Amino acid sequence: MLSRAFLSSGSPLHGRARIQALLPQWSRYASVASSSVPPQPPPPPPPPPSPPRGPSRSGGVGPTVSSLNPAEVAKFASIAETWWDSSGPFKPLHVMNPTRLSFIRSTLCRHLRRDPNSSKPLEGLKVIDVGCGGGILSEPLARMGATVTAIDAVDKNIKIASIHAASDPTTASIEYCCATAEELVKEKRLFDAVISLEVIEHVANPLEFCESLSALTVPNGATVVSTINRSMRAYATAIVAAEYILRWLPRGTHEWSKLVTPEELVLMLQKASVSVEEMAGFVYNPLSGEWSLSDDISVNYIAFGVKKSEASSTNGREASLS
Amino acid sequence: MLSRRRCFAAAANRIRPLARAFCDAPASGAPRSQDHSHTEKVAGVKAPPDVLDVAIVGGGMVGLAVACALSNMPLTKHLKIAIIDSNPALKSRGYLDKNSTPDSRVSTVTPATISFFRDIGAWEHVQQQRHAFFGKMQVWDYTGLGYTRYNARDVGKEYLGCVVENKVLCNSLLLRLKEELDDIENVIYPTRLVSLTFPLKSRQAGMKPASSEPLSVGHTTEELHRSNLVKLDLSDGRILYSKLVIGADGSKSNVRQIAGIKTTGWNYPQSAIICTVEHVVENDCAWQRFLPSGPIALLPIGNNFSNIVWTMSPEESLRHKSMSPEEFVKSVNHALDFGYGPHPRSTALDHYMEQFFSGIGNTATSTKECFEVPPKATGVVSERMAFPLSLMHSHDYVSKRLALVGDAAHTVHPLAGQGVNLGFGDAAALAKVIAEGVSVGSDVGDLTLLQRYEKDQKAANVAMTAVLDGFQKMYSVDFGPLNMVRAAAFHGAQYISPLKKSIISYAMGDKKWPLFP
Repeated sequence: MLSRAFLSSGSPLHGRARIQALLPQWSRYASVASSSVPPQPPPPPPPPPSPPRGPSRSGGVGPTVSSLNPAEVAKFASIAETWWDSSGPFKPLHVMNPTRLSFIRSTLCRHLRRDPNSSKPLEGLKVIDVGCGGGILSEPLARMGATVTAIDAVDKNIKIASIHAASDPTTASIEYCCATAEELVKEKRLFDAVISLEVIEHVANPLEFCESLSALTVPNGATVVSTINRSMRAYATAIVAAEYILRWLPRGTHEWSKLVTPEELVLMLQKASVSVEEMAGFVYNPLSGEWSLSDDISVNYIAFGVKKSEASSTNGREASLS
Repeated sequence: MLSRRRCFAAAANRIRPLARAFCDAPASGAPRSQDHSHTEKVAGVKAPPDVLDVAIVGGGMVGLAVACALSNMPLTKHLKIAIIDSNPALKSRGYLDKNSTPDSRVSTVTPATISFFRDIGAWEHVQQQRHAFFGKMQVWDYTGLGYTRYNARDVGKEYLGCVVENKVLCNSLLLRLKEELDDIENVIYPTRLVSLTFPLKSRQAGMKPASSEPLSVGHTTEELHRSNLVKLDLSDGRILYSKLVIGADGSKSNVRQIAGIKTTGWNYPQSAIICTVEHVVENDCAWQRFLPSGPIALLPIGNNFSNIVWTMSPEESLRHKSMSPEEFVKSVNHALDFGYGPHPRSTALDHYMEQFFSGIGNTATSTKECFEVPPKATGVVSERMAFPLSLMHSHDYVSKRLALVGDAAHTVHPLAGQGVNLGFGDAAALAKVIAEGVSVGSDVGDLTLLQRYEKDQKAANVAMTAVLDGFQKMYSVDFGPLNMVRAAAFHGAQYISPLKKSIISYAMGDKKWPLFP
């Protein structure tokens, strides 16, 4: 779990990580019952935690697993402070944030019939940010009026997020927890909107992760997931360019085989009783240095789904089984 | 297995009651006075010194325009704003008398500015007070080698611009603000700013969470909130805290100096004299003649009055300021007529050029217009004022929790009447960026958000400043070959219709960049 977790805060370790070092890490979480698997041998060059995971963030919401590796935690501890340094290693995330928020705002307003001209359109909604990292998404959601709960598996991130949020009265009410989605499911927590951005490409079992997200959503509530497409273009841009050439992310942050295509995401969410209603892509313009929403879902994309209401959920399951 | 679940909800609960007091601001434009009473009602909590979202330092035309724009948009209506300016004119609550003598301080507003005023609902107030549209313009110089006439019909518009007294613009914005806000008295702080304290950097980099406590122990919640805001000390002893400070306090901006923002610029070796003159007939055209020491402009202000902006050397300006009104009028008429050089006369060359270029694009109306002599001034009706001219541009328009607009960010030569229009452009752009920020839940003082405003405006403002500076330099040298170049430029602008239309559109604010199609 921590391996995902360390991906949420990054440290600028370059060149020492090798993809192979990551593989045992990932295969550790291949099965649900991973508590029986012995902890992996200490990774030789420890996989570099990802600082500017450009689009990726947070992590560790796979099935609950064995021990957190204190060495990994410490690594992230050192760079976690840079979460809020908008010219630091998390800069690409800060730059992309308004675009993601604009999609979330417009889809939530549309589907939940909120006034889009209001300055607090999410007032009264209970929202959870799964894999919140330093709170870059949670704070704007709180400013938009939502009652926000934010979880992350890395304790350091939660601490940083809480401190940063405490200095603004609108964001001080965010409930930060160091927890996983599964734990909250066990507590039977429910939310009007469940948002998990750039997490699913790092979990062991995406299907189960989708089930957890769905379980946290009230019927007719919203589930929003963003990730990177498993396409050649994504390999060229999000992996080769971002990790090796531009060095925005440390090498090995994203493993191409774990990326999720939009079709797969839709099917997984459907299996979890969430029907995807809207999808959009994020496109980066290198000349202006800005991200914008587009129909191009070949690299970064975000999906907005609606949890089926009680009446139709059983029908849905029967349909998907047949 | 380490499944520590540190829920900071408990800690958050401690401060939640106070947090509610702040964030229960009703979303949809309910009067802000409710907020004040709400905070006071929360038991056991002292009402804090005013905590604002946006503090506008400077209640001049541009400062008021920002306030108006923010209070006009649904997304930013709810923001708590304050205007800090000790000018007693801000207490005015009615229309200014149309029949009084026009003030010397006027501005020429471009159609782009007029449409901004319409958007924020202030133009209807301007229309109730003195203002003068003009649809024609003539520019020539003392050499008599060429002239250019512009007509709004060249670009299919009704007017090129409108001349309005500065006090009318301010008053109109103030009246609109009063319509939008219920408690305008609480918004305007009639004092001066003494000092600003910006938040420390420690919030961002180098944040060390104390071992197990989520919040720094020993700080009250209020102190924590305020440590993240800008502190404004006012001359009447009051203290304000704000998420964003907008510096709209003019070319000698106090805010800019306190923030340590550097500027580039130079003084022009010129001063401008401004005053109001009277004619026998109504003037409906804007006239500008470039003289050896600087341009003289005659702008219609309405009711047979015109405004004079006469740029000259500082010594000359003192002389003109102190001479008797009759002598001054004579001097003005001389400068606009035969003084310093002959009238441009249409020669065979001009006819040839007119024929030659008439095939390009649609011929503009004013291409065929002949040179006219401006109307004579019959008397000076206002006090003559003189002020020095300079060019100034800030290196940065924004810094953490600070944005500069208007003259505080840039000053230009008045020869094309663009100065305040650049300022209004800034106001519109900043308000738009703030609205975009609010729509995605940003902190209004966030630097990355403010940098978008800077990106939008700076390049265009620098381009305009450069163009105007270029003109100023080109017209300040009396040198044979350069005179010819200028004559050619006049002819070109007069007879080449596409070029003329391009110049007009740029000056009217319809085009962002000079020369590009």
